[in-house]
This record gives sequence, structure tokens and C-alpha cells, in this order.
Amino acid sequence: MKEFKYVVKDELGIHARPAGILVKEIAKAASDVKLQKTGDDRVVNAKSIMAVMSLGVKQGNEVVFTADGADEDEVVAKIEKVMTENL
Amino acid sequence: MITLSGKSVFGGVAIGKLAFYKREDKQIKRHHVDDVDAEIARFEAAQNTAMEELGALYDKAMKDVGEANAMIFEVHQMMLMDLDYVESIRNIITTQEVNAEYAVGTTGDNFSEMFASMDDAYMQGRAADVKDVSDRLIKILSGGGESGVQTDEPVIVAADDLVPSETVQLDKEKVLGFATMYGSANSHTAILARTMNIPAVIGLGEELKTVYDGKDAIIDGFTGTIYIDPDEETLRVMTEKREEDRKKKALLEELKGKENVTLSGQKINVYANIGNLSDVGAVLQNDAGGIGLFRSEFLYLESEDFPTEEQQFQVYKQVAENMAGKKVIIRTLDIGADKQVDYFNLDKEENPALGYRAIRICLTRPEIFKTQLRALYRASAFGQIAIMFPMIISVSEVKRIKEIIEEVKAELRETGIPFREDVEIGIMIETPASVMVSRELAKEVDFFSVGTNDLTQYTLAIDRQNQKLDNFYDPHHPAVLRMIQMAADNAHAEGKWIGICGELGADLELTETFLKMGLDELSVSPSMVLPLRKKIRECE
Repeated sequence: MKEFKYVVKDELGIHARPAGILVKEIAKAASDVKLQKTGDDRVVNAKSIMAVMSLGVKQGNEVVFTADGADEDEVVAKIEKVMTENL
Repeated sequence: MITLSGKSVFGGVAIGKLAFYKREDKQIKRHHVDDVDAEIARFEAAQNTAMEELGALYDKAMKDVGEANAMIFEVHQMMLMDLDYVESIRNIITTQEVNAEYAVGTTGDNFSEMFASMDDAYMQGRAADVKDVSDRLIKILSGGGESGVQTDEPVIVAADDLVPSETVQLDKEKVLGFATMYGSANSHTAILARTMNIPAVIGLGEELKTVYDGKDAIIDGFTGTIYIDPDEETLRVMTEKREEDRKKKALLEELKGKENVTLSGQKINVYANIGNLSDVGAVLQNDAGGIGLFRSEFLYLESEDFPTEEQQFQVYKQVAENMAGKKVIIRTLDIGADKQVDYFNLDKEENPALGYRAIRICLTRPEIFKTQLRALYRASAFGQIAIMFPMIISVSEVKRIKEIIEEVKAELRETGIPFREDVEIGIMIETPASVMVSRELAKEVDFFSVGTNDLTQYTLAIDRQNQKLDNFYDPHHPAVLRMIQMAADNAHAEGKWIGICGELGADLELTETFLKMGLDELSVSPSMVLPLRKKIRECE
């Protein structure tokens, strides 16, 4: 299991466009990927755009991705790239 | 005539017939299905068709409104294929043994409900996206009829609200404007209206009734108003407003990003005059190079008591930030004469124009002056602020001002408050005295700005408020023009720059003269910026 933490810098938070790019990348992975917003109990499937957007992540919020599976290292590296480039 | 107000999302005027967006009936009936697998297959086929449709819409939007706006249809595709969304639809079909339309409708309602209940205006706006995707599926499943606007001539499109795909599918040639009952500034109708430069008013409420379909209407996108069945006077006024706006937009299109340079290559800055924070929008819209005169009086006139340093700082800072590095010349308090404020407790005077006003108040009541200077210097850290002093007649005044500035800077330095050391300091040239000693004054300051209204009144000895003197008042009087020439020569002799911030600066008959005088800047009201820039580019 591998974790990736990130504080969102984009002023709109995780809005439709970056959420789309993110989910598209994660959906390709074999691993199970969960997403949680720090301070929020909900843990959602990061392969669902509806679920990702439903967290309502805003600028300054910290999010934690947890990947579990054969390609977990690979997918976390991808997530890191997408997050730093877009959010 | 019926007048309705809503929120404006894009300025501009549209005049035409109102046409309501027609949608086919979307009553979804729930019915039992025996073959659940066949129903799921039917849903999947519809899903594929929807994917193709969205792909085509993406391509159309790319062409019409650019990639950033087209991206929403890719997001729609992802919503359409979303695991949670699809699972919910399958579950409803399987467990309840019902038709796909009902399963899609229920799932769509649940998900859009979830977005609508979020505490973020942007996310609330996404409820419309989920609904759009679900409606598309239902329409494919039930083979619904045509929706849209049926018209041969361009119309103002009215609707309760338009979803992104509806907005993009409209034939742009046929749309003069948008008027909707609901929707927010974040809705796609709003975003697309802005991108497509189409006047739009949203949030008009339920008073926008479908019985108005086909009636004449006018949208005033500047004020967020729609007039239905306009009377002749309104039609005349709005037609004029539309023409003005068209001319302005054409001019802007022509001049945007171009230098203010004459045919022979002489350059001059064109700035704008403002009297309030709310004018900054107009400065940017008219593409001015900076603010040449920010009258700080409104802070005092709109207040019950002396505005605090913090109140002033916030205003100056905001203007500096909004202008993003462009020059903002702020004039210190110019109260007295025709501008009176109760809490200053100024005596009634026989000759207010020649009386206790402007810098004369500031230099005798330094506590008021220092509060303003501290606010100005603190704000200087947030942009390119310059400070200008009104009603100067002698060098000793400027020296005294500079002493007070040094005190203010020392205080700020001591308390570790950031400010810029190199803030430009200038004076208004609006008294004949200041013109006569302009060579000496130029040694003390960074720039001059000629206040032509007062300079004319003092030079010609004509009270501006006295209408009986209108026939004697000649703003092109050679005495005034020679005064400006003299101040300009003296400023340049000391290597300083000079501008005009009075009404004369916008007088296009004099633009050529001012260029010949070698003025470095003209600051005019925001609406005059573009006509003046055009004029400059036509001068020799």
C-alpha cells in the first residue's frame, strides 16, 4: 500500500477539468485507489469522477491518495505528476 | 412595457424577438421489465450513442469556443462512464426490474442533488452537468423529438436555464442574446455567453413567462435588465446604447495592445481618471495604460468621520493590485471650495476657490495628511503607486510635504511595515503661480500633472460655477495653452515628465497641440481613452 499527500493550490479546488484528467489517469491502473480529504470521514473511489468531485476539495485542503495493488508505485507517481501539474 | 431585472453576465445590448427554448416532454414513466439483461444492453447501447454525440459536441465546441470551454464535454463523457453512476443505474434496473429511462432518471436526480447540496457555488453549478448527461441518455433511450429554438431570424433566446450542450448546439448566427430565469455566474450559459461575446442576463426569475414568446424585447447586458414590449423611448435609448457599444468594441478590437504612437513615431501615455474604486473596471475595459488621476476625495465624502488609515490602505491596495503593475497616480485630499465635508468643520468663506482647501488644509492639519500618506506608502508595496499633491503655489510647500513624507517613511521603517522607497512624487499644476515657478518646482518632484479646469479658472479669473460667464470662458484661450507649454518646457529642462489630467486632455481638437508641446501623458475619463488613442495614432 502506498500513500500520497498533497495540498491543493488551484484557486478553484479540484474542479471538473483537473478532476477529469486525474480520474482518466487513475482509471487505467490495476490498483485500487482511494481518496480522502483530511478532516473529512468519507473515503471515496478515486476512479469515479463523481466521487472525486463530491468531496468538494477547495484551495488549501489536503488530500490523501491511497493506492493498493500490483502497480501502486507506478500509479502514485502518475498521481503526483497530475496533481503538481494541474492543481 | 415590462421591465425585469436579473444578473448581468456579459455587457452589450441585444434587440430582437424573444424565443423560448423548447424541450420535448421529459415525463419519465416507470414500468416493469421482464428481461433485465436486455434492458441493461439497451442502456449500454444508449451510453455508446451518447459518447459519440458528446465527442461530436466536443469537436464543435473546440471550433466555436476553444479548448477550455470544450473540455466540459469530455467531463460529460467521463460522467457518463463513471463507475458509481453506471453501477447505480445497473443496480436499479436489476434489483427493481425497471426500465432504463427510470433508472437513469433516478440516478441522475440523486447525483445532481448531491452536487446541488454542496456548499461551493462552483460544485452546485455541476448539478446541471449531471442532469445534462442523464437527459441525453433518456432522450436517446426514449427516442424523443427535436428540442431547440425554431427560428429563421436571429432572436433573444429565453429559457429557465440552459445546459452546456444546449448552449453549444444553438446556431450562433441566430442568437442575439440570452435571458434565463435561473442560473448563476458560474453556469455554462454565463461562461459561454462571455466567450461568445453575447449579451446575457440571468436569474430573471419566474416573471420571465413563456407567454412572452415571440414578443419584441431588449436586453441591456450592462445593467442586467430585459425590456419586453419596449416603448419607443426605451427602444431609441437602447438602440443608441447598442451603437455606442458596437463602436467601442470595434475600437477596442482595433487598438487593443497597440502603442499610442503618432504617424511620425512620437509616443505618449494615455491613462484614465477615476473617482472611486468601482471605476477601475471601466479603466481596464477601455484598455488604459494606467490611472493618471485617482481622486481620493470619495473616501472622505462618503464617510461620516475621517476615514482611518486601514480603510484607506485597503482601497489604495486594491486599486494597485487590480491594475497589476500599471501606474496608479493617487491625488491626496482635495477638499474645500466646491467639495465640502461636514466633519472637517470648515468655515464658510467668501471665496472658497481662493480659500482654505486641498494642500492648504493638509499642511495646517498634518495629522489628517499623515494618515493618508501612511496608507499610501503601505499600499505602495502592492503595485506601482505614485502620489500627487493638489493646489501647489510654491517650492516651500513641496519641501514641507517632503519633510512630512520622510517622517512617515521613518515611522514605517521603524515598525517594519513594507513600502517602496522609490514612490514617484508629483504635483498638480493648477495655479498660475506654480507655472511661473515650475522650473524650481521641477527640481523637487518627479512629475507634473496639469489640472486644466482650475488652471483655466485661475488664469482667466473666471468662476467655473458662474453660468453667466460661460460666454467668456474659453478653454482654448492662448494664455492657458502657453501656461501648459511653459510648465512642459520647465519639466523637461529638469528631466521630469508632465501630463494633463483635466478635461482639456480629452479635447480631441487639442491632441495635436499637446503632442507638439511634448506632453508625456494624457489622463482622461475611461470612456474617452479609446477615442483619444485612435486620435493620437492619426496625428502626424
